[in-house]
Amino acid sequence: MSKLDITAIRSKFPILDQKVNGKPLVYFDNAATTQKPQAVIDALVKYYKTDNANIHRAAHTLAARSTDMFEATRKTIQAFINAKEVEECIFTKGVTESINLVAQSWGRKVLQAGDEVIITTMEHHSNIVPWQLICEEKGAILKVIPINDKGELLMDEYEKMLSSKTKMVACVWVSNALGTINPVKEIIAKAHAVGAKVLLDGAQACSHLTVDVQDLDCDFLAVSSHKLYGPTGVGVLYGKRALLENMPPYQGGGEMIKEVSFEKTTYNEIPYKFEAGTPNIGDVIAFKYALDFVSETGKENIAAHENALLKHCVDGLMAINNSLTGTSTSLSDRNSMSSAVETKPITLIGTAKEKVSVQSFVINGLHHFDAGMLLDSKGIAVRTGHHCTQPLMNCLGIDGTIRASFSVYNTLEEVDVFLEAVKKLLKLSNK
Amino acid sequence: MQKNITDIQNEIIENFELFDGDMESTLFYLMDLGKKLPVMPVEHKTDDFIVKGCQSKVWLYPTFTDGKVVFEADSNTEITKGLVSLLVQVWSNQTPDDILNSELFFIEKIGMSRMIGSQRSNGFASMIKQIRMYALAYKASGS
Repeated sequence: MSKLDITAIRSKFPILDQKVNGKPLVYFDNAATTQKPQAVIDALVKYYKTDNANIHRAAHTLAARSTDMFEATRKTIQAFINAKEVEECIFTKGVTESINLVAQSWGRKVLQAGDEVIITTMEHHSNIVPWQLICEEKGAILKVIPINDKGELLMDEYEKMLSSKTKMVACVWVSNALGTINPVKEIIAKAHAVGAKVLLDGAQACSHLTVDVQDLDCDFLAVSSHKLYGPTGVGVLYGKRALLENMPPYQGGGEMIKEVSFEKTTYNEIPYKFEAGTPNIGDVIAFKYALDFVSETGKENIAAHENALLKHCVDGLMAINNSLTGTSTSLSDRNSMSSAVETKPITLIGTAKEKVSVQSFVINGLHHFDAGMLLDSKGIAVRTGHHCTQPLMNCLGIDGTIRASFSVYNTLEEVDVFLEAVKKLLKLSNK
Repeated sequence: MQKNITDIQNEIIENFELFDGDMESTLFYLMDLGKKLPVMPVEHKTDDFIVKGCQSKVWLYPTFTDGKVVFEADSNTEITKGLVSLLVQVWSNQTPDDILNSELFFIEKIGMSRMIGSQRSNGFASMIKQIRMYALAYKASGS
């Protein structure tokens, strides 16, 4: 178990201390969005109460304060992901915009007919559609790395796909639906060997794993604030300087210009070249406090606690299965995703060896929507549905899952409450 | 004798009052109501009769007999099936005019919108709209 004082950590998250439908809130929908510590909320309120001004232009004091705080977040995220230079960190409104930026700016300049872009079966829609759009426009081909029954990438198939035609490998680092941690370092090295660039969708990874873009050697990384205890509407695109400098602007207006005349416009330096318009200043400023919370708590401590929660949950779900079927569920059963859906009360979806604290499952005879609502009636918030990964669900032959995703402020006791509720659901579905 | 739409709605409200707003019991009750719906023939469960705009799959199959519209319904989720069964309870076996002239007041009274949230509310609204469309079509065709 971790060294963390979870009670003290929970006290930093005021939203957790409430009842939902008459029961204490159990928030297990952290893969969708995490809750925000008081320091983040305070920073947002303070900004609008005392510092609100537009950044980078005006000569007055409030503008100077806002600009300094905005740029302080950039320095903090640079350290958080270990970017070589602060200019390599571009603020966006989220992971989706970060990926669209690369697809539209880098993709439009580089991709040509016959080129290939590789993604994986477990991508979120936001790392599928932007590539479909640009591939269609440029006549490029989108290829998809398949997965095995556990929800792991078939790396042999990936290797076979790589060639001199491959220009981009856009890959999710951690699957939001399955929890799988993909072997991104290996993926990057292999892509680079054929001259391809790599974009990592870090939406889920950045709140669970240590991020070092220099060590990974990724070309782009998309980061989300709201999945990392920060506000919604803020994201970061990391890109290597040389790549960003050669990419054309993505949107026009505001911060991205150097000089504008009706004849010609010259563009600002990175990162401002990609930050058109007035950004989400207050939320960017508050994001720093979320990053500070993670750094102060310690990624390793967070991971140890979350892994303990995941193990407790998986063991509990399997124990329920065993108690109802009277048979022992072996590891090989646990590792089978789709074959046993019809026979066992609970089937785990996503049993990769390397996982973060996300567990999807289906209950035989009970639709996931019903399960989600019944759990909600007990104050338990989980996500149900296809998790914006419809191609993955199609591949698994299911139309959705119940997904419990844990964060540092969750407790083993909450997992027990959840497991008891699942037991009750099973009784209901067997009626 | 078929009860009128107002009486049926009042009965539904009375039944839901027993749960005193407890969400879990209300959901279980809804699921039970869904189970009591007559089984919908497979040949009626085609894409043509799926209600568009629902998160879950909902089939609504109308027939027009002796001047009254009769609805069969089904869903792939139990709670939604319970919801659509309420609409069937209120509106099946009524004339197109009665359906079109009626006001649905029971939904607000039983606190359903608070319970099902805006996403499912939209689906519920689609079911209501679809039923009214069928009634209008039968009224217009007069057959």
